[in-house]
Amino acid sequence: MNYHRTLRSAVAALAVAVPLCWSGIANAQDAVNLRMTIWSANEAHLKLFNEIAAGFKKDHPNVTVTYESLPFETYTTALTTQIAGGNAPDMAWIFETAAYDFVNSGALYPLTDTLKATKGYNAEELSATAAERWTKDGKLFAYPFSTSPFAMFVNNDLIKASGAKTPAEMIAANQWTWDNAIATASTVGKTGKGGLIVRDFNYQIWQNLASVWNGWGASPWSADGKTCTMTEKPMVDALTFIHDAVFKNKAMPGPGESVDFFAGNAAMTITQISRASLLPKDKPFAWDLVPLPKGPAGNYALIGQAGVGVMQSGKNAKTAAEFVAYMTNPENSAKLSQFFPSARKSLLNAEVLKKTNPLLSQEQIDKVVISGIATGKVIPGHTGFAQIQQVVRSGLDAVWRPDANIPAALQQICGQIGPLLKR
Amino acid sequence: MAVVQQTARPEGRSSSSFWTIARRDSLAGFLFIAPQLIGITLFVLIPLCLVFWYSLHEWNVLANTFTYTGLANYQMLLEDTSLPSVLGATAIFSAGLVIFNLSLALLLAVLLNQKLAGITIFRTLFFSPVVVSLVAWTIVWGFLLQKNGGINGVLLVFGIEGPNWLREPVTAMISVIVVQVFKNVGLNMILFLAALQGVPNELYEAARIDGAPRFKQFRRITLPLISPTILLTSIITIVGSLQVFAQIAVLTQGGPGLTTTVLVYYLYQQAFQFHFFGYGSTLSIMLFVIVAVLTFAQWQMRKRIVFYES
Repeated sequence: MNYHRTLRSAVAALAVAVPLCWSGIANAQDAVNLRMTIWSANEAHLKLFNEIAAGFKKDHPNVTVTYESLPFETYTTALTTQIAGGNAPDMAWIFETAAYDFVNSGALYPLTDTLKATKGYNAEELSATAAERWTKDGKLFAYPFSTSPFAMFVNNDLIKASGAKTPAEMIAANQWTWDNAIATASTVGKTGKGGLIVRDFNYQIWQNLASVWNGWGASPWSADGKTCTMTEKPMVDALTFIHDAVFKNKAMPGPGESVDFFAGNAAMTITQISRASLLPKDKPFAWDLVPLPKGPAGNYALIGQAGVGVMQSGKNAKTAAEFVAYMTNPENSAKLSQFFPSARKSLLNAEVLKKTNPLLSQEQIDKVVISGIATGKVIPGHTGFAQIQQVVRSGLDAVWRPDANIPAALQQICGQIGPLLKR
Repeated sequence: MAVVQQTARPEGRSSSSFWTIARRDSLAGFLFIAPQLIGITLFVLIPLCLVFWYSLHEWNVLANTFTYTGLANYQMLLEDTSLPSVLGATAIFSAGLVIFNLSLALLLAVLLNQKLAGITIFRTLFFSPVVVSLVAWTIVWGFLLQKNGGINGVLLVFGIEGPNWLREPVTAMISVIVVQVFKNVGLNMILFLAALQGVPNELYEAARIDGAPRFKQFRRITLPLISPTILLTSIITIVGSLQVFAQIAVLTQGGPGLTTTVLVYYLYQQAFQFHFFGYGSTLSIMLFVIVAVLTFAQWQMRKRIVFYES
């Protein structure tokens, strides 16, 4: 009797449990886990990204988005290693220098149709110049979520103490030129502090020197990317100017010397405006943010970009594209712009930028941010950039010596990268 | 007799069945080495075969294409204009490292092979870098070797303006070698110390009675008797020197120019930075062949240089 009762109970339990389990399996099958590789590990950034992921989950309850922070310095290497190992992320941030490789290789899922199909997305307001590097055959392959101008941060305390003119004074007198900027840096340099630092350059990341040589109208290669132009006069003049600033005027730290502007140890630094967050809170100094000085070729601006793309090889590329559309819609773009300046025209106004960049004054926003994003050229990039970067870096080591023969060194670099540019 | 037959029967049965004693012993032996064998197969032999397979292909990771190109990557080895500089840098690094490391390790071992109070403190001191994290060790040296770093700061106290250690071609290579030697010299020192302590004291006593000076004792007694350890340490050090990577990546990134771009760093650049996995694999095969040839050559030389082998 007991046996029969037990058997009946077991059958009843199974009758309830099997459909439940089955639905569980079905749910598990529908569940979509998306992974995005990023190079930021900033808590505030991650908090915002997780909020955006939670917002997406409200309309897509089966989709979970996670972010994987990879080291900044080796980001692209780590990403391609994941891809080579068959463990590609669903979405990835991409450096502007690597954009051509990712866009031209077919590694990315085209986003245009998904963005256009997203209600209220207003894709047309994305600046065409900002989207240029991320577009191929009229299709956007990665969304440039960060378009950040390079500018000059200034330590007015150090400059005034040295007796030199501050950049603000020079701007007011229409004297804000590279010659005067280096003269000020040199004056501060003689006091034992650092002069001018091109941040992250470190005699390795030479593409950051575009923030100087663009003032001479110089470029490492032609507009179509096929010909090396490093031997042309603008580049020779610009690099001679930088060489003199380092070795003759002692206005810039030399190779192997480390000086930190944000620790208050240098007069000026060229970097992206997002680095304002590094300004010291404990021992603050009087700082300013000014546009890049005028070069012999006139005024100019330089921007750095970061894009977010969907990997074509992912199982859930379509859903991932929908998430990118959600992440970069007008509402979320406004939130993101507190850390990553947006290329959406509606967000490129002083009122919005003042809210998202509370450290900057109205004047700094107008002259540096809005003008920089509107007129700036993007930092140099090319298909196969990693190899070109390495060859040029290696060749430029001959320039960073006191007795350098700059034209000869540049001639040699062009000889080496010429075949790489034509590939 | 019947008893003998009864006791012999089980043995007769087992020898006629498949599982003979020899087979059972073999199985037991294989089971004992199975974890190691499986590990080597999975993580050494299969990857080695795969690397050779990849070296016959052009593998574009981003475009997800994998095209058979035959020996094209091997042809590229001959046409690569950077490769002679890379092999030159590798040879200089290896030669410098092996000579400096083994000489210093032997010198330290001889000095520390004394029965003095507190000698273990010195032994521990010289061995301690071996257990320090390689990257942490290299980063600290990176700071010390900066133009305005600690070493030049000390030199300045004595009125000497130090060089830009990591930016000058010659000093960059010397710096990388010295950093690597100081990191690992303790290991070879301990091996030499163990070997020195295994040399019978009676031989030295006999030599002293015969009037042999200390250097002759070292050359005629010590060196021959520790020659197996010299062979072992030289093989380990040469193989290790050809695999150096972290020090180059952290200290010089292969510069200035290509002066410190050694083979492993070059193949890392080709495969993981430039995405030429096929060519990177070809360079790996070349490295494998170089290591194998050098090790084989050293092994063959053992009869001439190792005392116990003659």
